[in-house]
Amino acid sequence: MTALTPKPAVASQGMLYRLTRNKVGVAGFVIVGFIVFIAVFGPMFVGKISQDAQNTWAGPSAEHWLGTDYAGKDVFDQLLSGGGTVVYVGFLAAAISTTIAVVLGALAAYLRGRVDRILLQATDIVMTVPQIVLLAVLGAFFQLSSPTVVAILIGTLSWPILMRSIRAQVLTLKEREFVEAAKLLDLGTARIVFSEIVPNMAGFVLINFIIAVTDAVYALVGLYVLGLAPLSGANWGIMINKAWVFDAFSLTEGVMFMMGPVALIALLQLGLIMLTRSLEEVFNPRLSEG
Amino acid sequence: MTQTKIKQPPRARPPRLDGFRRTPVGRLLFRLRDSYVLRRIGRAVFTVWVVVTGVFFMVRLLPGNPVSTYISKLTAEGMDYETAAAAAASLYTFDPNTPIWQQYLDYLWGVCRLDFGTTLSQIPVTEKIADHLPWTLFSVGLALLLAVIAGLLLGMAMAYRRGGILDHTASALGSTMHAIPNYLVALIIVTVGATQLGLFDYADMRGTVTPGVEPSFSPEFLGDALYHAILPVFTYFITTAGTWALLMKASTTQVLGEDYVMVARARGLGGRRIGSSYVGRNAVLPVVAQIATKAGFVVGGAIFVELIFDYEGVGITLYNAINTRDYALTQGILLIITMTVIFSNLVADLTYGVLDPRIRTSGKEVER
Repeated sequence: MTALTPKPAVASQGMLYRLTRNKVGVAGFVIVGFIVFIAVFGPMFVGKISQDAQNTWAGPSAEHWLGTDYAGKDVFDQLLSGGGTVVYVGFLAAAISTTIAVVLGALAAYLRGRVDRILLQATDIVMTVPQIVLLAVLGAFFQLSSPTVVAILIGTLSWPILMRSIRAQVLTLKEREFVEAAKLLDLGTARIVFSEIVPNMAGFVLINFIIAVTDAVYALVGLYVLGLAPLSGANWGIMINKAWVFDAFSLTEGVMFMMGPVALIALLQLGLIMLTRSLEEVFNPRLSEG
Repeated sequence: MTQTKIKQPPRARPPRLDGFRRTPVGRLLFRLRDSYVLRRIGRAVFTVWVVVTGVFFMVRLLPGNPVSTYISKLTAEGMDYETAAAAAASLYTFDPNTPIWQQYLDYLWGVCRLDFGTTLSQIPVTEKIADHLPWTLFSVGLALLLAVIAGLLLGMAMAYRRGGILDHTASALGSTMHAIPNYLVALIIVTVGATQLGLFDYADMRGTVTPGVEPSFSPEFLGDALYHAILPVFTYFITTAGTWALLMKASTTQVLGEDYVMVARARGLGGRRIGSSYVGRNAVLPVVAQIATKAGFVVGGAIFVELIFDYEGVGITLYNAINTRDYALTQGILLIITMTVIFSNLVADLTYGVLDPRIRTSGKEVER
């Protein structure tokens, strides 16, 4: 018995080849890379966004590439500097919910019995309370002041569906020989579950992490659009809220202020979903043959 | 495996309740316990209870207890404490001076009678919800029905002609519409469709009915209600139909590869017969199970869509309740929406049991 875990599904050679074989997936990578780049490095290119009260709702010009908003602030500068929160909360919340889902799902499937029953009942409860509704209520009652708190809240509310599919995966994985061998070696539950079983689902977990990012962005931007998260500062969600509150959609000059952040968020979500195509092809090579 | 498993003899039942089990009452109770339907209903009731309890404590943990705030506001205005406390108690359906367990029991009893107290404008919460919930159920339900029908048919067609033009376009469109949040789609519809292209009169289509039209079963009223529901229904439809189609395609593709389909073909059964009773029926099952888990998502999304189209359903009511700090109403809507989702999950699970006989005969729930 030399190696307990079976060979990884992906040989490191050819990984790049597989990753780039799916055109849609590559396009997704490019889009996500572009949006994340704007979100992370955009603020560096923007100085202080000046307010020009004389020049509200200005159309595109050499000075203001995408025009100005209701307060005369440059729309392009706001777009450059407003992505950080969205991307940060999206990824942090997804990391939290994926971690919870993997830990609870793997333990429920491995231990079965009472632990399994209790955890399943818990997913039943968390899953049935509509997340957005609960977030809206909590957000309004508890004044979610920091993005990190919002991320933690979103993360702790959105694990159940993934937990169920992780559990289903572990249920089949734990019947394999290498798990049997690990049990005979008496490696201990934590070791068997987290270093023998879970690594075999790496691809599945990664793909679901990406999907969790889109769900978190949906919830976060939704809270901003509703105006239920604190509206200080400027991010894409707040921009949409302001555009809505100030009726930007009814002004031809205001369209950029409204559609700019809408387009960037829609692109981010689309890119993330497209990106999963390439990942699926890497981790599940059978898919590409069909 | 180093040791071969020796088949264990069947273990005897624990003797503890054996005598009881043989009595007629015991037999009935044990059959109830073993019934899938009843256990499923029991779990739904338990879930409702946990959520209701959670909401009870959540409202009491609020920073700046709303009742005390309200009482001190009234006393500051010159009202004496007893009157103020009574007013606050009727408004928030709880009186801070009674012990917490009694508050809890009163509250539970209220929920059982669907009594959630009164709103800030002194209307019973139930009445307020009854005014707005039908609009949400109507628009969301209609869209869900249309999207599921379209999605299932499209998905099957895609699976039968894998790799064709229909498959590619529908896959691309479906995953695009699934990826973009529904509220952004709604905003794009309003901004591009109404303002920029002038395809429709957004201002005229706002609301649930044209002011002055009385609810009745007349064609005018129904037509008007449909006219106002078009935009929300369209938004829900295009953001969900693709998801159903993709799920149905995956499910159908899998079924098409099963041995029994090949056997049916070998027996010379017609394509239509195979399509409906062999493939369709088996492919629909997993999708039905998925629809229920997504129901909560659709209802949750209604807040955004209703707000953008000014469609006065329960979503917009919740939004207003949150903004005016109307705790009783907020709590009532949260509970009603959750109960709706739990109920639809229950119905879907029971339907699943009817569609798939395995779930009933095995006596155990299918691992999902």
